[in-house]
Amino acid sequence: MHDTSTHAVAHHGPPTSFIRKHIFSLDHKVIGKQYYGLGLAAVIIGMVLSWLMRIHLGWTNYAIPGLHLLSKNGAAGDIMTPDFYLQLMTMHATFMVFFVLTVAPFAAFGNFFLPIHVGAEDMPFPHFNMMSFWVTFVAFCVMLLSFFVGDGPTLGGWTQYAPLSAVGAVAGPGEGAGVVLWATSIAIFCVGQLLGTLNFIPNVLDLRAKGMSLWRLPLPTWAWFITSCMGLTAFSVLMPACIMLILDHVAGTSFFVASNLVINDQLQPHSGGSTLLWQHLFWFFGHPEVYIAIVPGMGIISHVLITNMRKPMLSHRVIVYSLVALAVLSYMVYGHHMFVSGMNPLSSLLFSFPTLLITIPSTILVLIWIGSLYGAKLRINAASLFALGFISMFVTGGVSGFFLAQPSIQILLHATYFVVAHFHFTMAIAAIFGIFSGTYFWFPKMWGRMMNETLGKVHFWCSFVGVYCIFMPMHYLGLAGNVRRYQAFVVDYMQPLVGVHRFITIAALFTGAAQLIFIYNFIHSRFWGKPAPANPWEGTSLEWSVPSPPPHDNFGGRHVVVYHDPYQYGVQSSTGDYVMQDSPEQVKSAHEEP
Amino acid sequence: MKKQLLFKAMLALSAALILSVAWMVSQRSVKAAPPSESSITGTVKLEGTPPHQRPIDMSKEPACAAVHKANPVTTENVVVGTDGGLKNVVVYLSEGWSGPETAVSSTPNWEQHGCQYIPHVMGLDVNEHFKVINSDPTSHNIHPMPKPGGPNHEWNKSQPAGAPPIDTSWPAEEVAIHVKCNIHPWMSGYMVVVKGPYGVSDDSGSFKVDGVPPGNYTLTAWQETYGAQTQKVTVAAGKPATANFTFKAK
Amino acid sequence: MAKLFAVTIVVIAILSAIPIVRNTWHPMEDISTHGQAIDDQLSETMWEAGISFLASQIILAWFIWRFSGTKLGEKTKNFPGGAAGLVAAAFILVGLEVFALGIFGVKAWANIYFTQPAANAMPVQVQSGQFAFYFRYPGPDGKFGPLHPDLINEANQNIFGLDPDHDPESKDDIVTAEMAIPVNREVRLLMHAKDVSHSFYVPALRIHQDFVPGLDLQLHFTATKVGRYEIVCSQLCGLGHYNMRAYLSVLSQEDFDSWLKKQATLQ
Repeated sequence: MHDTSTHAVAHHGPPTSFIRKHIFSLDHKVIGKQYYGLGLAAVIIGMVLSWLMRIHLGWTNYAIPGLHLLSKNGAAGDIMTPDFYLQLMTMHATFMVFFVLTVAPFAAFGNFFLPIHVGAEDMPFPHFNMMSFWVTFVAFCVMLLSFFVGDGPTLGGWTQYAPLSAVGAVAGPGEGAGVVLWATSIAIFCVGQLLGTLNFIPNVLDLRAKGMSLWRLPLPTWAWFITSCMGLTAFSVLMPACIMLILDHVAGTSFFVASNLVINDQLQPHSGGSTLLWQHLFWFFGHPEVYIAIVPGMGIISHVLITNMRKPMLSHRVIVYSLVALAVLSYMVYGHHMFVSGMNPLSSLLFSFPTLLITIPSTILVLIWIGSLYGAKLRINAASLFALGFISMFVTGGVSGFFLAQPSIQILLHATYFVVAHFHFTMAIAAIFGIFSGTYFWFPKMWGRMMNETLGKVHFWCSFVGVYCIFMPMHYLGLAGNVRRYQAFVVDYMQPLVGVHRFITIAALFTGAAQLIFIYNFIHSRFWGKPAPANPWEGTSLEWSVPSPPPHDNFGGRHVVVYHDPYQYGVQSSTGDYVMQDSPEQVKSAHEEP
Repeated sequence: MKKQLLFKAMLALSAALILSVAWMVSQRSVKAAPPSESSITGTVKLEGTPPHQRPIDMSKEPACAAVHKANPVTTENVVVGTDGGLKNVVVYLSEGWSGPETAVSSTPNWEQHGCQYIPHVMGLDVNEHFKVINSDPTSHNIHPMPKPGGPNHEWNKSQPAGAPPIDTSWPAEEVAIHVKCNIHPWMSGYMVVVKGPYGVSDDSGSFKVDGVPPGNYTLTAWQETYGAQTQKVTVAAGKPATANFTFKAK
Repeated sequence: MAKLFAVTIVVIAILSAIPIVRNTWHPMEDISTHGQAIDDQLSETMWEAGISFLASQIILAWFIWRFSGTKLGEKTKNFPGGAAGLVAAAFILVGLEVFALGIFGVKAWANIYFTQPAANAMPVQVQSGQFAFYFRYPGPDGKFGPLHPDLINEANQNIFGLDPDHDPESKDDIVTAEMAIPVNREVRLLMHAKDVSHSFYVPALRIHQDFVPGLDLQLHFTATKVGRYEIVCSQLCGLGHYNMRAYLSVLSQEDFDSWLKKQATLQ
């Protein structure tokens, strides 16, 4: 791979009008912040929906004051109906997976920092980049619209299994217009993200500054690059699947609906479709998607930890190779969501082996992270706390994966709260902790001000303890056979478990309230935080070589030349124990050999 | 002379005015049944052996199964009482009614109790309000299925235990709208929406259609399995008319 | 604060492990002939997962405790063996363990899916539909009559769409809302869905299988203990998903025979 100069990107002068500066901006940094704002709005929506769900699960017939304002038919007398619960659940998951976990760690931070990390002035196609945000924003609005039409949003889960999702309103409330809007929104979302990957990939391959070889890229950049490659292939499969689903609703096709189905005593006018086809298409996207959600976080916390450990990871290349292995294997494992789906049981075994093997790169990553802590000079601040918390969460989530990777064990644990625990630990907590870590770390660079460290630490403590209280008990519920996606527990053998649910609800409300500390800190710091220096954390990568916030063209007209690997810490230099990537200074490593 | 003529004219005009007002008042329709309104009574019978009604096993909903422990329930598509009386037949004036569409406004309850609809068949007038009530400890889901593409729109609402009643009505006549509960597949009932007065036969097959002014009518009796039968009925002032129906079991 | 964090991690890890060690919440007692292999697999996995979990969290905590705080002049060090040792550990320890689990797990899975039902297995059919399970027994003629989806009428309790007037084999079919099976007798379960995807989950029987609209699936199993259990739907099928459950009674052969006879009179 060769280095290229920064002249490949189309020059665009600094914007002058308000609209060009803040709304339809071509500047990757503004687009990154817009994505961050979108992610923040989505996480608040997703979190509030989860509170409503949890209150209902603990106290099913409780009238939640004001609930009727959210739904036409779903909350008469403020009591949540079974369909409204499922609608809230579907929207919770959809907003979180798509509009938070794909947007924040990847599109938000990636857009802001990728060009800077490689030493470029901007993304190669700024117009596509701007479109990618606004298309994603339209997708967000379409998804929100489903709360206001017909009988409300779809209730089929973010997985939208056919034929429930495909037969239309006849299958019950929430299965009509809500599904069409969901599928439309997601198809639009796919377009938005594809436009993003079209920028990320050439930015890394073609726009690196002189001296910035691929191996000198910081770890988040590698993570964004790998994630973009996954996104390109995964979203390309989800989009046509959503279009086929829409066609089944509005055009009388039967892609996913078999013949001779009877609903409301009426034979349905569909024939020839395949129930399992949807699952294959969805999970071929769905499994890489969960890695799209976590890989940027892995890059980000590695970056944050290295800066705060004052030493690089034990092996930079092993981390990169492990991330690549995760990405490649992620395409071969998707069938573990379908072990008991009715597909050929031999396929289940065939999918289980790569699933078990994907443990290896995950374990390597965890061992390298923990092993790199050995002999470090660890600095404790909000960013590093969340990064360390990420490791703890990822271990817990990964370990529950051992169970779910085996078809014979899934006989007990499939579709139970054990699965809910597993994916919340890996995605809802680990990935979110990655976002928090990145936020506390990069807020000074993005908005030019420091966040309040004390509030950050309080936020961390409440969140760390809180999320363990919420999600650890779900493993036990799963072992006891508590099926998921139930709006209430009327089944006899689940009665003894309601007390555990109430504990979880209280923990969830407490932890949710603690997030208000973060929101307050964010808003307050944005306007009244202490002005940030260029390099508050004594970091080495290129974002710390520019002012906080960076000027319009990132490097102020300077042609960046890179002289060092990304994580030269533990050296003796004029700046202290680190040397920045673009510093021409030659340094001696201060690293003690083991 | 002129004054006398004027006085007579005014007297005549006043008399005419008073008489025409009196006549208009007499034409005004009143809610209370005027002495001339009558009723049609009768009995609906089933000839032959009624089809076997299947017992309903509600074990999946123990709270409802408990309600029926002493008296097991069956399907209700043909309910025959003593002496062959056919229950749940809706009798209404299909022709000849010139009064308001909504002649009855009793706001009946459509109750979900013991995982059954009570009543199993309910007569309603166009735009007559009714209340859907859930008196079970479990959620129900009311799903009336009027003719697709027609003026009455299908709806599907859940009603958890403790939720307020659903107050609604049908804008157009339809014989009949099948109602089911999506959560409990055995629940089944009918709402028969008509114009003008109606009656529903009871356990012994007896029905009464109240508030029928004198006139000639076509009386229709509708039963969910056997469909409709019609009869011509003449109602005289102050004298209740009788009409009996007999359905044949196939 | 680093030390406090380290202690917190260890406390949380130990508190999390306690309910597992004390078996506070655990799968239902296994009443199947094939379930022992699954339970052994679960137990084995729990040991490995538990050890990995505790070891990782404790070592993470220990390193946070030991290596935080900046001491002037102290140089950073590397883990002995560097990355190579850890990569080797990942491949050998974890890789082999996990592979072994996979290999042993094949047997547990194969027992259920790659064996044929016995010739004298008792056939029972289950139809899943929003939001109830219904069952059909073939009756004295031992044959199931054909299904006519267009005749399905829940109001008249013709759940399966049978036409006994024209199909003599349907005449003696017994349709029930509860499932009963004789203990220690192999059952061949024929599964189909009426409308959307559902799932047949009986934790005690160690059976879990999705229904696929358009496919006829088959499972076989044997129950070893008399009792009353629940079949629950575990595949989201609409608003009544939470209420989709049927009781399964495992009875002695005599009790089952009288139950079936009684059900026959309730058709």
